[in-house]
Formats: sequence, C-alpha cells, structure tokens
Amino acid sequence: MKEKILTGALAALLTFGGLSTPVAADSQEILVDDVWARATIGVSRPAAVYFTLRNTGGDAVKLIGFETTIAKRAEAHRLKIDANGISTMEPAGEILLRPGNDLVFEPGGLHIMLMGLQEPLVEGDSIQLDLLFDDGGRMPVNVRVRGIAARGPRN
Amino acid sequence: MRRRAILGYGVAGVGAVALMLFVGWWQVDGAGGPEPVGQRPVALTEMDFRLTDHEGNAVGPETLIGRPTMAFFGFTYCPDVCPTTLSDISGWLDDLGDEADEMNVVFITVDPERDTVETMAEYVGYFHPGIRGWTGPEEQIARVADGFRATYVRVPMESGDYTMNHTASVFLFAASGRFVTMIDYHEPREFAVPKIRRALAEEMEGAT
Repeated sequence: MKEKILTGALAALLTFGGLSTPVAADSQEILVDDVWARATIGVSRPAAVYFTLRNTGGDAVKLIGFETTIAKRAEAHRLKIDANGISTMEPAGEILLRPGNDLVFEPGGLHIMLMGLQEPLVEGDSIQLDLLFDDGGRMPVNVRVRGIAARGPRN
Repeated sequence: MRRRAILGYGVAGVGAVALMLFVGWWQVDGAGGPEPVGQRPVALTEMDFRLTDHEGNAVGPETLIGRPTMAFFGFTYCPDVCPTTLSDISGWLDDLGDEADEMNVVFITVDPERDTVETMAEYVGYFHPGIRGWTGPEEQIARVADGFRATYVRVPMESGDYTMNHTASVFLFAASGRFVTMIDYHEPREFAVPKIRRALAEEMEGAT
C-alpha cells in the first residue's frame, strides 16, 4: 500500500484557493512502503520499525527525526556486525535520501527504535509514526504490527 | 636511592616480561600448548557449565552430546538481531522438516539479569517449538561464552536501561560435540540450510 504525503500540497491548495500551483517541498516527493514492526512483550522492551522510502523527486532530502505517541523516544539506529561477528547498535544520525533512490529499513540494518513504550505493540494493530524531514516536512506513516516472529512486511 | 629503586623496578620488569614471554611460548608453541584453535569454539565435550532451560530442567554441555547442535547467543530485550535470528532459525527448521527433530537448538541468553526461566519460556514460545531457551547465573553464562569464544558486553543507554552487544553468529556442532561451522549473521539465507545439513551428515559419519 503506497502512501504519498499530499497534506502539504492540499493545505497549499486550500490556502491559495487553487489559483497558483503549489511548489512542492522536497519531502513531498517521498513515498513510503512496507511499513511494519514486530509485536512486543509488554512495554519494557524496545520495538523496531521498518519501512522502505523512495525519493521520487529531483533533490536529496534528509530524514532528521521521528515522533510517535506510543513511545517516549524514536531514533534511527543501525545494526553493525564487526569482523568478529559481534553485533552492536549505533544511532544512525541524519539520513540522506538521494533522488531516485530507495532506502530500506530492514532487520539487520537500519531501523527506527522505539524506546519507553507507553503501551505494548499488539499483533494486528497499527501505530502512527511521523517522519520529520529537513525541509520542515512531516510524514505520518501507519505502522502495521506483525507477530514477534515475523521476518518481513509480508512473511 | 630513588634512582636505584627505579633501576630495581626496571630489572624486575624485564624479568617479568621474559617470564611472560616464556610462559606464552610454552602455552602456544611449546610442549604445554593445546592444539591451535584460534577463535573457534572448543568441543562441547571440553566445556563445563550448568544452566537451566526454559522448562526449568538442569542442562549443560552433556545435554547436547549425541545429536547435532545449533546454538545462538542473544537476549529477549533485543529489538532487532535476536528476533530476526530466531525467526530465521525457525524458518531453517521448517525447511529441514523431520530432520530438524534430530537436532538440539538452543538460544542462550547473555542477559540473565532480565532473562529469567519464565521470561525465556514466554519468549521462545513465539518461535519454532524445537528452540530451547537457556539461562543461568552470570558466572555460568560467562563460562558458556568462553567455551564458544563468544563475547558479550553490557551497554548503558541514555534512558538508564541497558542493551547488550554480543556475538550474533549461529554455531553448529556435530553430534560428537565437535565444532563444525558458524552461520554468520549477514550470510545469505540459502547457505544456512546446507551448512546445517553438513552438521547433520557429520553425525552420520560419526555413527558409522
């Protein structure tokens, strides 16, 4: 299910009454797909959210933050496995979305870590996560909660 | 006086270094050395630890001898690598079908403070029923990790909680307890099942 953020364009249309063509901010050219998270046992464990972003615009856009009402903090983390096979997680910082490129958040790589859950993630439910971009754009995405043993958005 | 003391320390230091070098040589290359193993796990038959499985049974390395073993370290508060590996393992076991029944599969926690027997029972319940969850006192977990040449370290987080860095590879042992190979975390999934079959085949060779 593709979601394109049109709220900004819509607001601009309403503001200008459709008299002028709104100039789309770069983050409005971002598509999001395959948004999912694993269910959690209780609230004391962190959760991880995964998705694929596609920059359909002509300019690079930076992903600078995340917000959700279900957790106190949401941060992009990157899993690293060193030469000795040891896994570590580190904050990914700002993430650049190059024009025409896909950026995949998936198990074993990038993910949005939700810390300080206010309620558990329950299989079958959905939660909302807002992606914040450096041009001021905010993209709310609907995260489908899958089972704890899920391997991806569909399996 | 002061100078003499420094000189004395110097001589003692050189002596200590020479002794360490000799001991090192003796253990590594000399008559006192074991077989060179590098970072490979020792055989299960050479390990010594006492843990408890998720059903409350006392377990140790001897529990694993007699059937091929797949083992993995992790913790239940792990948001990404552990559920991913456990669901991968579940998929491999599904692919193996009946052959999976011939194996031991153990998930050993590196976070015994939070991963009690009850916690492990709930957690492994979400994955393939062949997966056993093992926990125990911190010093016993340290002994297991030492035998596997696995490492883990507690990492404090800003929130006051902590997470664990740990070896993410899956270990495979033959029925004899001999270490066969590892499945690395980022290895293509299609390599895993043939590797597991190799560990299973070694059991057959051992039996003949």
